[in-house]
This record gives sequence, C-alpha cells and structure tokens, in this order.
Amino acid sequence: MATATKMRFGIVVFPGSNCDTDAWHALNDRMGAPVDYIWHQDTNLSGYDCVILPGGFSYGDYLRTGAVARFSPVMNAVIDFAGNGGLVLGICNGFQILLEAGLLPGAMMRNVGQTFVCRYVDLRVEMTDTRYTRAMDKGSVLRIPIAHGEGNYYADEATLEALKRSDQIVFRYCTPAGEITPEANPNGSLENIAGICNRERNVMGMMPHPERCSDPILGSADGRLVWESLLQGR
Amino acid sequence: MAKARVIITLKKTIMDAQGQTVEKALHNLGYEGVENLRMGKYVEMDLNGAPKDKLPAQIDEMCRRLLANPIIEDFRVEIEE
Repeated sequence: MATATKMRFGIVVFPGSNCDTDAWHALNDRMGAPVDYIWHQDTNLSGYDCVILPGGFSYGDYLRTGAVARFSPVMNAVIDFAGNGGLVLGICNGFQILLEAGLLPGAMMRNVGQTFVCRYVDLRVEMTDTRYTRAMDKGSVLRIPIAHGEGNYYADEATLEALKRSDQIVFRYCTPAGEITPEANPNGSLENIAGICNRERNVMGMMPHPERCSDPILGSADGRLVWESLLQGR
Repeated sequence: MAKARVIITLKKTIMDAQGQTVEKALHNLGYEGVENLRMGKYVEMDLNGAPKDKLPAQIDEMCRRLLANPIIEDFRVEIEE
C-alpha cells in the first residue's frame, strides 16, 4: 500500500516509551504509511516528513515528565527539524517532552483529582488550520482515550493570551455535546486544554492518544482523523 | 570539594494538588494546625569540577536547564564547602 509519494514517518523510541508500537500500527498497518522507528541516540532525521514523539514514561518520568528525554541526542535533531518546518507530533509523554524542550509553551503538572486517568474523553476540535486537524470539522467532538497522571497543562497569563491570539489551542476537553465545563476536565488542565500547536503550526502536542483509536474494533476510530489530516494532499 | 543542596518547589502562585492532598491526610491524622503544605524535590550533589567562585552560577544554570522547570518551579540552593 505504501508508495514513494506518501509521507514518511519516524517514531522516536526513548527508554520507557510504550506507545511507539501502537503509533506504528496505526500509521503503517491501518493507514499504509511508511514508518521507521528512530532510536533516541540517533541524530539523523533526513528523509522524514513527520516525527512522532510517542506516549510512555521516558526515563521513568524521573525528575519531571519529559525532563530527561528532552536532552536525549535525538532531541537536538528534532529541534532543528521543527525549526526547518518539519512536522513534529507529541502524544501524551511526547507532548510533555515538547514542553520541556521549549518547542511548545507552558508546562505540565500532576493531575488535580489524585488519579491517573485512563479512559475515553470527549474533545472539541478548536482549530482545523493545522496539518494535524485539517480533515476535521471545527467545533466537532471526538472520542479519544487519555492515560496520564500529569496532564494538568499550565501556562502563565501572558502565554495563555498569546496561545489564544494566535489560535494555537487545538483541542479542549468537553462534554459529549461539546460544552467546555469544569466537569468535563479530567485533570485540572488550564481552560480544559488538551492539545496545542506552535505559532508556525508545524509542531503539535496532545495528551489524548489518537493511535489507540484508529480502528473501529477498538471502540472508536476518531484518532484516524489525525492521520488522515497528515496524509491528505493539500 | 563542595557539597550542594537544591530544594525545588512549585511556585507559590501555582496550586499544588499533591501538597493539598498530603495536608488533608495530616488533618485526618489529627494534626489540625497544618497549613500551606508544599511538596517539593531535594537534590544533593558533590562538586569537584568548577572553581569555588564559579559554583553558584554553575548550579543556578543546572537548575534552570534541568533540575527545575522555571515555568512552574522555584529553587533554592545551599552550598557547603
């Protein structure tokens, strides 16, 4: 199914990554895209269109989530890659790493509510002007699972204003009807933020796991919309 | 050789969910006067590399780059020679 014209994906594997295989399955088995694993010691990202930082517990979440992975050799290459306009998607722990690396603004804190939350959540699509969400409808509600203990997104007031001004908030936790309420917020995240992108819109981080719901037999295939957005021709 | 100790806590302006939970647990144990409990991290290290006058700046840099996240955390350093 894979053709030479398709986008090529690289999935970075850190010690402690555990959603790398799921991301591979979604992209390769389900979407037919060419995918390579990239070991965290590698520094060559040439030939890739999109680099994925997968979920997991890189370096055991020691110190802070993503804090040690951020200094893995591959991350300098990822920062250069992103700076040159390459697509970088961080999922869950990958989002945490992007925050620690400064590729996205803000920081992640422990969940409010004393729990590691592992369940499906409803997400409102706030922004479709990204390579990750262009196949979605603005304002639509997706069902995608989360699984994290530290998804409580924080940014100071100035940063939050900047995110809003540049339309960088991509997903928010919502009710099934699409309302943004405190009850729909699973982790205390600022303004129910579940995913953001950078100003240039080529780097996105999201706590929910699209790779875990890219196949109807898994209960939801809403995650496919992320891959369809990436693979769709302009 | 110098010894450095670093104490890292969430900024005062940031809600500390973990600290609040531990504070409540102490209340449940009967310690009713406990207030403003903040959780944090403690790091200690021996330092043989940099000359003594450079140590404060070097540890400050370590904290900003890795040991603390300046967006959400404050840190305090003690150096013992």
